[in-house]
Amino acid sequence: MPRQLQTAFAILYAGVLYGFIFLPVVVLVLFSFQDGTLPVPPLHGLTLHWYGEIFADRKLMAALGNSLLVAVISSAVACLLGFLAAYAFARYRLPASNLQRALIVAPMTVSTLIIALGLLSVFSRLDIQLSLWTVGAGHVVINLPLCFAIIYASMGAHQINIERAARDLGARDWQVMLLVTAPMLMPSILAAFFLSVTFSWDEFIIAFLLSRFDVTLPVEIWSMLRSGLDPKTNAIGSVVFLMSVVLLFMLELIVLRKSGKPS
Amino acid sequence: MTADVSIRNATKDFGSFRALNDVSLEISAGEFIVLLGPSGCGKTTLLSILGGFLEPTSGTVLIGGRDMTHVAAARRPTTTMFQDYALFPHMSLLDNVGFGLRMRGLARSERHRKALAHLDLVGLRMSASRKPHELSGGQRQRVALARALAVDPDVLLLDEPLGALDLKLRRQMQDELKAIQRRVGTTFVHVTHDQEEAMAIADRIVVMNQGRIEDIGLPTDIYMRPRSLFSAGFMGEANFLPARIIGAADGEVRVETALGEVLLPAAAFAAAVPPAGGRITLCIRPEHFRPAGGAEASVALGRASIIDSAFFGGHHRCHLRPEAAPDMILTAHLPQTAQPRTGDLIDLAVAAASVVALAEAPASTQGDPQ
Repeated sequence: MPRQLQTAFAILYAGVLYGFIFLPVVVLVLFSFQDGTLPVPPLHGLTLHWYGEIFADRKLMAALGNSLLVAVISSAVACLLGFLAAYAFARYRLPASNLQRALIVAPMTVSTLIIALGLLSVFSRLDIQLSLWTVGAGHVVINLPLCFAIIYASMGAHQINIERAARDLGARDWQVMLLVTAPMLMPSILAAFFLSVTFSWDEFIIAFLLSRFDVTLPVEIWSMLRSGLDPKTNAIGSVVFLMSVVLLFMLELIVLRKSGKPS
Repeated sequence: MTADVSIRNATKDFGSFRALNDVSLEISAGEFIVLLGPSGCGKTTLLSILGGFLEPTSGTVLIGGRDMTHVAAARRPTTTMFQDYALFPHMSLLDNVGFGLRMRGLARSERHRKALAHLDLVGLRMSASRKPHELSGGQRQRVALARALAVDPDVLLLDEPLGALDLKLRRQMQDELKAIQRRVGTTFVHVTHDQEEAMAIADRIVVMNQGRIEDIGLPTDIYMRPRSLFSAGFMGEANFLPARIIGAADGEVRVETALGEVLLPAAAFAAAVPPAGGRITLCIRPEHFRPAGGAEASVALGRASIIDSAFFGGHHRCHLRPEAAPDMILTAHLPQTAQPRTGDLIDLAVAAASVVALAEAPASTQGDPQ
């Protein structure tokens, strides 16, 4: 039957497609449990040994902590700046506002390598020592356009009257923003936050070029890889992956469920 | 609390468009004023100027005797109830209603007590912890009212608050608004384009058109004794009959119309009687036509034939063609018990006291607002 054949082909196609996407991850996670020293087939048996190794590795755990710190702080800053910029563009008439808006979003189209090199030369010219702060600044630069775009897109005209009502009831401008506008936009602010945390969490180029002694997790993993393959790298890779999955779930749970409700 | 409002020579230009043209209006404390007019007549502009969302190009606004022309909305003793309710979607009803009190620095417990009292006023005390999206349109309406009243404004501004409700709910909310206004005693300034709503709730109606005030008065006066053609046409249906003055004597005025000569009492004129030869317009409401030969003093208008009729329950609404002027069409309400048939001839007459004579030429033969 051609119809059944079609269905079979569709299933096969979908299977191959998903296999192509997820096989590397599955292999990575699977061989992080390898009972042996090489993360390649054949699988000798399952062990949690390598996870024990990475959690005992002080340098690796320090890098993980650094990564979290940079991701959370740089994302919070990017969200704050993005929100303020979006508020200004949505509520006030600014000179050349289309051009200004394009300029804010522009870094999204520039390669992170270019941004990293630019920041590197600026920092060295200004005699600023490379540190986690400079990495964070770089991450703000790449995440700000994203945060701005997401938050700006959710600012509609129907909120103007609500803000006006708040002002009418005696709220000052900062109170309107803090107590009315920001809470109304919370779903999109959180979406911007979690998305930029995930980007910052596994960003490598900026983190590599703009750090020196304290490094983030991707940079630490890269230096581990230079000394050869080892199921330990699989284990830490799995942890990174798990973390991203958790972040995405949080995004889904907090943001998408909330915005699904009628307001 | 309550306060009087005084608007003096307010003008507002938007570029080359004059939205408000030299408007002056005195409102007493505790009065329920309705600004009535078609869209674009300037009523919402006037309300925004009262609320502090717009500054007039010229003129002044006094509230309770104090000049408020350049005072920001937050610092005025006014609050606004918006057409789309503008409730805070992320706050419970209690926090919505208590917001203004919070901005005034009231302690939490005192704030909640007052907010609950105002929710009680609009019958939503039991729903205090719910969010706006859980409510129906009419309930959101009430929350918006409670929120605006919670800060004890001197003047409450209502921007077409009932516009989004269906007809039945709108009539019900009208009654509630009126009852609540009597209870709190606050000055209400209410904007609408619905003349029935205006008549139902207003102490005084202000009819506006093209940035100017056309007429101000009690609902009955605006309806029965309109002072302009626009006002007569906007407040329900009216027949406009062009006429010319022949002469006046003994408190009566003789005028000539397409339906023949008519003798009117001088009281029919809203302003001074123009000299002989002056052009005027007679304004006759459809329900003021009477069968000829009734007991009260009436003005005969000759015979007319019925073109068509429709039964409205309380009356038959008929279109008539007068014999004396076959190109004219009049609208008349005949009694419930009449049995009008197309082609029937009837003797037209109108109670003399109900005719209004206006010293203006009609812009069109019918003054229907829509």
